Amino acid sequence: MSSILVPDIPAPGFSFDLCQRNSLLEKKGYPAPKAQKTGTTIVAIVYKDGVILGADTRATEGNIVADKLCSKIHYLADNMYCCGAGTAADTEATTNMISSQLELHRLNTNRVVPVVTAAKMLSQMLFRYQGHIGAALIVGGVDNAGPHVYCIYPHGSCDSLQYTTMGSGSLAAMSVFESQWRPNMSEEEGKELVADAIRAGVFNDLGSGSSVDLCVIRKGSVDYLRPYEMSCKKGEKQGTYRYKRGTTAVLQKSVRPIIIEDEMIQRVDHESMDTSS
Amino acid sequence: MALVDREPSRYLPDYDVQAPKQLHFSPYADNGGSVVAIAGDDFSIIAADTRLSAGFSIYTRKQEKLFTLSSNTVLGCSGCWCDTLTLTRVMAARMQMYEHEHHKTMATPAAAQMLSTMLYYKRFFPYYVSNILAGLDSEGKGVIYRYDPVGHCEKNYYVAGGSSGALLQPLLDNQVGYLNQENVEKVPITKEKALAIIKDVFTSAAERDIYTGDGIFIKIITKDGIATDFFELRRD
Amino acid sequence: MSMPNKADCFSSLPFWQNGPAPGAFYNFPGTAASSSNYNDCGIQRTQTPMVTGSSVIGIQYKDGIIIAADVLASYGSLARFRNCERVMKVNDNIILGAGGDYADYQYLRSLIEQKIIDEKCLDDGFTLKPKSLHCWLTRVMYNKRSNFNPLWNNFIIGGIEDGKPFLGTVDKLGTAFSDPVIATGYGAYLATPILTKAYDANSQMTEEEATNLIYKVMQVLFYRDARSFPKYHLGVISKEKGVEIRGPIEIEHNWEVSTMGRNQLR
Repeated sequence: MSSILVPDIPAPGFSFDLCQRNSLLEKKGYPAPKAQKTGTTIVAIVYKDGVILGADTRATEGNIVADKLCSKIHYLADNMYCCGAGTAADTEATTNMISSQLELHRLNTNRVVPVVTAAKMLSQMLFRYQGHIGAALIVGGVDNAGPHVYCIYPHGSCDSLQYTTMGSGSLAAMSVFESQWRPNMSEEEGKELVADAIRAGVFNDLGSGSSVDLCVIRKGSVDYLRPYEMSCKKGEKQGTYRYKRGTTAVLQKSVRPIIIEDEMIQRVDHESMDTSS
Repeated sequence: MALVDREPSRYLPDYDVQAPKQLHFSPYADNGGSVVAIAGDDFSIIAADTRLSAGFSIYTRKQEKLFTLSSNTVLGCSGCWCDTLTLTRVMAARMQMYEHEHHKTMATPAAAQMLSTMLYYKRFFPYYVSNILAGLDSEGKGVIYRYDPVGHCEKNYYVAGGSSGALLQPLLDNQVGYLNQENVEKVPITKEKALAIIKDVFTSAAERDIYTGDGIFIKIITKDGIATDFFELRRD
Repeated sequence: MSMPNKADCFSSLPFWQNGPAPGAFYNFPGTAASSSNYNDCGIQRTQTPMVTGSSVIGIQYKDGIIIAADVLASYGSLARFRNCERVMKVNDNIILGAGGDYADYQYLRSLIEQKIIDEKCLDDGFTLKPKSLHCWLTRVMYNKRSNFNPLWNNFIIGGIEDGKPFLGTVDKLGTAFSDPVIATGYGAYLATPILTKAYDANSQMTEEEATNLIYKVMQVLFYRDARSFPKYHLGVISKEKGVEIRGPIEIEHNWEVSTMGRNQLR
């Protein structure tokens, strides 16, 4: 029994309470609101000393650009990052959830978590939801066995690859990799190749745009470059669009004076953090 | 076979797609694009972006969507490109027929009425095109006509249509029509200001509408003829 | 179709058909009511392609146009016919590449070939130009789509008109445009990025540079398009050398990458 002192612990996982109501509403002609989708280009490659992840920064809602500078390379652990395409909320929530589990795993085992662990956790989680979590992910990282790139589809299938792309610009980006990727590239070559792949997505795919984000993961160090490059500059305005004072109509006016009844000065001392326990 | 049938209750995932498999043919496509037009006392400016797209891919970055019908009438089209091609070709042919028959070019209001008739003629299999007709009327004043796909025609002085129509119309209402502005002197718009506003609204549209971009073609219609301008937009 | 109104017989011929004549009803396409007037009642038209060709790609180079298409005609996911030429010479200044339904392409090819023969019979020294064929194709395709009986194709037309290269395309709806770089099917996604980048870097490619580029692009298409084939034809047209259909050209391929780093997860 719940009370104010002992509240009910909510059941873990997603709540499906409203599914029936929503499907009923949909039948009656009230469709569910659309989720923000990141029609995206995300890519990753393996190079000589690690992996490089890349992403564009456009988020779309239908034909409207919802976010011009969104971040699609998510933190998983110190040695691995994850690019997400698909429903923005799903990629964000999924990577956050797995990230916390990976940290617990690291504290339990006291060693660098292998990248395959993260990939398996993600694919198992996504499989359980049978594609209803719309997250298409690319996991990249370096562990004791070396650099790894994994590509995970919303239904939970998982692939270990040397180079991969995802999102609506995946074909454009893949055309760059298929024609230019080589094993054992240097870091500079690798960064330029990944940036080229993202640029191919930015300019050829309408769902991708704005700028290029990169994340270089080596053994023991990470460079998160955001933005690596602004691929497209905003056009310059020809005129000025400032309004004169008094342009906004005043519909109603009421003045309420603040009545000061009493004045008091209270000093707040700086309190140091309690570190006793 | 018997082995499989013995356990009918065993759940096997159905890999068949539930949706109908056959791709139904649709005679329409949305090829995007935006048109903006502003008319002044002695001029009319119409501009359209140059991106032709379908879905998430760009067909071409330099498609002119403005069609010069006569020395003082220009038609801007966006929507289904195959319908636009057909409509403008028929339109051009009828303009020519009129010229041969009457020994004069069709005036802008007459062309506007003809376009409306031509659109309504296809009422039950419409041209899926959003049209904006810009030109000078018989007194040399700038006029704009806007249409819906089935032929409703409305005379206006500033119009935004196409994929960013809904984005830009309120902006024009405010900046050109001085709507929702108090204590403002409603001066008639000059050619230079109209040109700057058109370029700026397209710059804004390219920021937020994925189907608008690459560049704009601008046609400036005055009594001296039609001048053309081009302005770059972002390409992503 | 109702007979034209008598009062109309002195005015110019109608440009459009299927419109309502006075006193007649409009025929809604696809409804049961229309079938009484039409002789096509109950006919199921091709709404989906059967034997299909995949991508066609075309690029403009310094002196002309190159169009390429592989030799496979698939039946759904089956690689059914592996020696189908999809690039044709129309006349001395036009080449044409076709993707989509192969039967529809063969039908249209016979139509075009007859057109060329008719034109030769006139013997007036005029030949069809690429822009004219492009325009004609848009009309054919648009007309077919308006009758809900489309030719399920993507065409790429290349040619030389007034000494200048022309590259244009038409799809099954009649959507048409021209551009120095055009790719259809999966090529639109996989080939265009490479082709536009190369063209923007150097719009004055030599024929050799352009054919090498096409080879690279066809290789990428073979790697990633499951309905493609490592053999293709090349249509090359230039002012000096005229039309040449080359091929079949074999694509070399190497799948070593697919097994690299494959020790995890299995």
